[in-house]
Amino acid sequence: MSRLFVARNPRVAARCLDGEMMIMSGRDSTLFTLNRTATILWQAADGTTPLDEIVESKICPEFDVEPAEALQDAETLARELASHEILQISEEPIPSRSAVAGESR
Amino acid sequence: MSGLLQQMTEKALALNIPLSVQLDLTYRCNERCVHCYLDHDDHGEMTTEEIKHLLDEMAGAGVFILTLSGGEIFIRKDFFEILEYARRLTFCVKLKTNAILIREPEAARIRDLGVESIQISIYSHRPEVHDAITLVRGSLERSLDAIRFLKSQGLRVVMANVLMVQNLQDYTGVRALADELGVECTLDPTITPMMDGNRSVLSLSVDQSALQQVFRDTGLVGNVDEFCAIAAPADENALSSLPCSASHTTCYVSPYGDVFPCVQFPLPTGNVRKQRFLDIWRHSDQMNEVRSIRIKDLTTCTQCSHVSNCSRCPGLAFMEGNMRGPSTQDCEKSFARTGVPSANMLSKARRVQNLVQIRTQPDLASISA
Repeated sequence: MSRLFVARNPRVAARCLDGEMMIMSGRDSTLFTLNRTATILWQAADGTTPLDEIVESKICPEFDVEPAEALQDAETLARELASHEILQISEEPIPSRSAVAGESR
Repeated sequence: MSGLLQQMTEKALALNIPLSVQLDLTYRCNERCVHCYLDHDDHGEMTTEEIKHLLDEMAGAGVFILTLSGGEIFIRKDFFEILEYARRLTFCVKLKTNAILIREPEAARIRDLGVESIQISIYSHRPEVHDAITLVRGSLERSLDAIRFLKSQGLRVVMANVLMVQNLQDYTGVRALADELGVECTLDPTITPMMDGNRSVLSLSVDQSALQQVFRDTGLVGNVDEFCAIAAPADENALSSLPCSASHTTCYVSPYGDVFPCVQFPLPTGNVRKQRFLDIWRHSDQMNEVRSIRIKDLTTCTQCSHVSNCSRCPGLAFMEGNMRGPSTQDCEKSFARTGVPSANMLSKARRVQNLVQIRTQPDLASISA
């Protein structure tokens, strides 16, 4: 099974407000807020760490969930975020394409 | 404001987070707009490194929406370096500019850097009117070219029109132009006094009949009956509410590092060259004084029939001498909207009446002599 890589879309704006991540779409200025799991995924999405590693190292320790189940949920979540152009997903590592790769806080 | 943004604003308010900041990068400008409130000389702008340090502090403080304005931002040679740094910190960046230095390469770079929107000042659809306000020949043509470049990059552009005596007849033309170019358009009848307190520019403000005309234009206000309706009496909730977002979720930083509650509220609260941004935001006495004011604390306005839906600007009130007092320009707007004079206007009329009576005294004295 191929591994999935996720990267923050450099065109979005983001800020974490008391643990809740606000994201503004670069496509149409739509505002999103991410739940705790999505926030962890967003913060870890550096384009080079595979999704299964993110799940194992960041999501599983936070929630009492089986790794396989967590990975499936994370993939669904990543694809949904990608559909809103919040995340980029690829089966290859995603190089930092622009100068605004982002250091979200 | 979208529902979600409203929710996040309420959360920021509860957490005392400055969600939105306007940072003026320079007061220098390549236009000389007749109504401008700024001193365009450079009195020691923050350096590139100082601005980057400030942006780091702002991101850490939770600032999300960052409006870069001036003066003319593109005059700074380090503008793109600053913008790139701001976007690295994932601010939602909005730009305010006259755009006459934006050509195709700049428009492409703005797109690449993921800017949320660009607000461009357009005062008329007619060059002879717009250029007579900016005092730069050819400025309308260049600004419109820039809008086309930006639009061709898929960027969100907003035309900002300030209504004044010079362009009173042209706001419908500007709106039509905005429609033609596929951009949004705003109209503001507020002229701001100069930062040094000089109020002479207010003579450019449009009069009551013009305001009435604008406030009854369905294209601008939608349902005129609703827009011009007299407000219901203020209840306890309305009286306990905040006058505006200044010092609550927003503030303003000048090119010299001075922090104010708002760009239109020149009450110095601290300087980021001497203090941390977050310390000023949280602990400045002036910031906290503005923060403490509720509608029920306003001296004249609590007696006013417009209090629950007035556009009163605390900064304009401050520039009139009292941050808890009325803002006459907003009283005039409420009057133009509803036909009902504000408590401030009635109070001023009584004072004028009293002065007239006093003036008659010497005449009476001379008769009796």
